[in-house]
Amino acid sequence: MATYKNYVLVCGGTGCESSKSGDIFTNLQKAIKDNNLQHDVQVVKTGCFGFCEQGPIVKILPENTFYVKVKPDDAEEIVAEHLIKGRPIERLEYKKAEDTGRVHVDDIDFYQKQFRVVLRNCGVIDPENIDEYIARDGYAAIEKVLTTMSQDEVLEEIKTSGLRGRGGAGFPSWMKWNFTKKTESDIKYIVCNADEGDPGAYMDRSVLEGDPHSVLEAMSIAGYTVGAQMGYIYIRAEYPLAIERLNIAIDQARAYGLLGNNILGTDFNFDIEIRLGAGAFVCGEETALLQSIEGNRGMPTPRPPFPAVKGLWGKPTVINNVESLANIPVIINKGGEWFSKIGTEKSKGTKVFALTGKVNNSGLIEVPMGTTLREIIFDIGGGIIDGKEFKAAQSGGPSGGVIPAEYLDTPIDYDNLIAIGSMMGSGGLIVMDEDDCMIDVTKFYLQFSVEESCGKCSPCRIGGKQLLTILEKISEGKGTLEDIKRLEDISEAMKNASLCGLGQTASNPVMSTLKYFKEEYLQHINEKKCVAGKCKKLVSYEIIEDKCIGCTACARKCPVNCISGEARKPHTINQDECIKCGLCLETCKFDAVIKK
Amino acid sequence: MGKLTLDDLRKLREAKKSELSRRNNEDHSTQVIIGMGTCGIAAGAKVTLASFVKELDAKGLTSVVVKQTGCLGACDVEPTVEIIVPGMPTVVYGKVDGDTAKEIIEKHIIGKELLDNHIQDKPAIDIIET
Repeated sequence: MATYKNYVLVCGGTGCESSKSGDIFTNLQKAIKDNNLQHDVQVVKTGCFGFCEQGPIVKILPENTFYVKVKPDDAEEIVAEHLIKGRPIERLEYKKAEDTGRVHVDDIDFYQKQFRVVLRNCGVIDPENIDEYIARDGYAAIEKVLTTMSQDEVLEEIKTSGLRGRGGAGFPSWMKWNFTKKTESDIKYIVCNADEGDPGAYMDRSVLEGDPHSVLEAMSIAGYTVGAQMGYIYIRAEYPLAIERLNIAIDQARAYGLLGNNILGTDFNFDIEIRLGAGAFVCGEETALLQSIEGNRGMPTPRPPFPAVKGLWGKPTVINNVESLANIPVIINKGGEWFSKIGTEKSKGTKVFALTGKVNNSGLIEVPMGTTLREIIFDIGGGIIDGKEFKAAQSGGPSGGVIPAEYLDTPIDYDNLIAIGSMMGSGGLIVMDEDDCMIDVTKFYLQFSVEESCGKCSPCRIGGKQLLTILEKISEGKGTLEDIKRLEDISEAMKNASLCGLGQTASNPVMSTLKYFKEEYLQHINEKKCVAGKCKKLVSYEIIEDKCIGCTACARKCPVNCISGEARKPHTINQDECIKCGLCLETCKFDAVIKK
Repeated sequence: MGKLTLDDLRKLREAKKSELSRRNNEDHSTQVIIGMGTCGIAAGAKVTLASFVKELDAKGLTSVVVKQTGCLGACDVEPTVEIIVPGMPTVVYGKVDGDTAKEIIEKHIIGKELLDNHIQDKPAIDIIET
């Protein structure tokens, strides 16, 4: 069967549909038929291209021409000019926006906002086949390092790249390596922190599942650089597929002699083993993680001594996060210079985000540092679900804070996020709209931190619980103005006095919501009102007498039978028994039930 | 293959590289690459995989290679499947359930036509030169 010469893809996402992509589709089909091209060109409706702001989008294959803001009337011209004469229509082609001041690698003059360094192989190679990794420059970095680079040269390359730890705090990676390298010891260790525990974050899991060899290769490079012969990957048992693929990858690498003794015929020895964690959030903290690997209860220990000097079994240990490691082979292959061109002045490279919440295209995305929240949510994420109002985004999980609408255009990097009271964290990004209550959200994160606190130090153990109790009080309408002061005081104390990162940052969600959404707190306290309707104790459902026709539909649905009344006469809700499930509101066809 | 020397690794890479880059060439076989991360599997990628294998078998399309890969990142349209047919542009389909898999075999692999409503854009340019 003959194949088509061209394919015209018309975006059929909701955004483009509402700006008449349907008409474009019909007009294109008609124009193609009029010109008798129906056997040469196929017009196809696609899923959302995630570039909704520039919609409607039309893409022409195989040449990959990308047309934006196409109107139904443009269809004829596209057919006559592009498809028949082969001349792309310049007027419709996507032009890169004016320079945003962000530093770009020369070759990303492309319409896509995403740039994949860490995720380069995810969704491209078969993760269970080492040959496919090798074909895509895999193990070329370890080859380069072992044959042409000294330990100091590797360190210099990482320093030039400007890579900072992707686990949260953003400590320069080369410095970590350098501390361990400089410490005299016959035994040293490399540890990969794969204990990803923030709610809504799954970047590391996806890397390990999609490209496990990149982490193994990076650990070997780290081993060569600091003089370690053994590496451990600490991963939670809740990630069975990632563990399975890591095991397969380790076996394959050993079989090829890419792990073990005399790697690639050189005198470099390095091997990796997996250690499973039970899924405690605190074990993502490096000292608690080391305790857990040693077989002790996962509790943090005071620093100093830092693990880089005195870590696993008292030996110098480099601990790097999965995402940081996945960058290393690319930095070696393409050079630190290349890497340092991506991102902002102080935050180099890209960041992977797990974009979730009230956003149309949720997903795992990778963007250059310095991309704005607006670009992430609206250009890549396709905007807020049902066209609702953006309220805030939560970054950094239970250790982070909210980014309100006024900072939508702030370039995202380590320092800017800290400056506005949030943090990069590992990269969970949860989008919230007008229906989300900030007190409710803060309560959720506090609940998480309280449950996950190891209980060793009192600021975290007691402080967290007290914060949660006060938040619960406020969400029930029993809060007082003094409570705000108490929240602030306890938060400050926890930040200063807790032993580890978990306690030091657990109050961040409270502090950042107090900073940007104080009015909402005051509303809950003074007016006993939750505008978003999320705090159940402050919400009531009532039936408007004039509108109720007594159809009994709501009474039959009510799970606690608290709606009463005679048939064909107005019903009433017994407020004392109501559990505020909202089923009556959903059920009523006459808009007689209201939420207050 | 046993333990690699430096030379072996280079040779293996060259060989595999040309194999991979032939993906879009006419003389290569048709491939179905299914996103099998935890997210894809949770969204039903195993059903999709089974449907592809069964249907390809039933139609006697034994030369079609079915492979797995990790997560592409398009969570809201999982399961995702990349289809490589010689002479056609490579496309990624989203929301591919068992029935859509059959439709892809029928229309795309056999009929050489693209399917409506399921095509997704590839998220980014590739930084690896193959």
